[in-house]
Amino acid sequence: MEENKQTNTQLILDTCLMAGKIMTESGSEVYRVEDTMNRIAENAGQKESVSYVTATGLFMGFRSSNYTQLENVTERSINLEKVAIVNNLSRKFADKEISLVELNHKLTNINHEAPTYSVSLQILAAGLVSCTLMYIFGGNWHDFLATFLIGMIGYSVAYFTKEWLNIKFFDDFLAAFTIGLLAYLAVKFHLAGNIDNIIIGAVMPLVPGVAITNSFRDILAGHLLSGTARATEAIFVAGSIGIGIAIVFKLFM
Amino acid sequence: MEVLIHCLFSYLSTVTFGIVTNVPRKLLNACGITGAVGWMIYWSTKNLEAGAIFANFLGAIGIGLLSIYFSRKKKMPMTIFNIPSLVPLVPGGPAYQAVRSIVLGDYVLGFHSIIKVIMTAGAIAAGFMVTGIVERLLKNVLDKNRAGFKKT
Repeated sequence: MEENKQTNTQLILDTCLMAGKIMTESGSEVYRVEDTMNRIAENAGQKESVSYVTATGLFMGFRSSNYTQLENVTERSINLEKVAIVNNLSRKFADKEISLVELNHKLTNINHEAPTYSVSLQILAAGLVSCTLMYIFGGNWHDFLATFLIGMIGYSVAYFTKEWLNIKFFDDFLAAFTIGLLAYLAVKFHLAGNIDNIIIGAVMPLVPGVAITNSFRDILAGHLLSGTARATEAIFVAGSIGIGIAIVFKLFM
Repeated sequence: MEVLIHCLFSYLSTVTFGIVTNVPRKLLNACGITGAVGWMIYWSTKNLEAGAIFANFLGAIGIGLLSIYFSRKKKMPMTIFNIPSLVPLVPGGPAYQAVRSIVLGDYVLGFHSIIKVIMTAGAIAAGFMVTGIVERLLKNVLDKNRAGFKKT
């Protein structure tokens, strides 16, 4: 009996931490992660749970008992499909449509459950982000095609560097360097007019604008640690992109 | 004509950024509409000479309100609509320009960009704070109504 109770508590903690880890990795706000974790615990029968979530690690425990566990979060990107899936599963669990074991199983297999867009479609989309934003930021039609192509190449460089080498910040740096170099060449061979417009468009899929804004929102919501951690990461990403472009300017102009 | 192009391009950029951030397929259209509305509010306010920061604030309020609407309609977390729709507004460009200017030795331009980043991100976050209050009020009213129905 005692052992049975212990494994159940263990399962609740595992499930909550897994849900929290997936949501934090996928770019959800801190308060939503804490809320989801507490709600899963409550629906599993643990009314008095405490969760403490930061952008780099999660803690979960039950008040007035000796169970507490932690989980670290090393990857932070944006994957909204996963946020949607965890949200749906948590809702279903609350409505008693699935059991705790099923919830745990589904969260473990989330990488197989979450549909993703194909890599070529993502690259095409990144190119379209680049050229449309370049235009509405005050660019002109003359640079449109060049920005589309350079944006696609820049995103592919970042994507495949991350896939193969997996060194933090290096993928952004290399992509920015490629974008700067190609933009310089495009202008030099009169394929496009304004190097600044091309660069600002082509780096748009990479720059951490959303991360900076989210870190401000975290800080305003009172989550000072997460906000600062996300801001620090964003500053370093912006730094690697800026340095990548600046090297091209130093070398060639 | 210009208005039409801005409308179409802000829609397109939001949808395509949604693909990069892996938004569920059936929500892409809702994201695009939210993004286009946010950008049009920003753009028209800016064209009225109201200043870019105030325009960002209003744009964020527009995005926040539409996100509340869509998240209630489709029963999905608000973040899914917020993040892609913000992409035309967020200060990603100035953030990289700040570093570039500083590395190239132009400190004045660099700090100008840094201030721009902080002000823009602050304005957007403040806009979302306002819509957060709206959401909480909405939740209280709706939940009270529902509880009332149950009693009667």
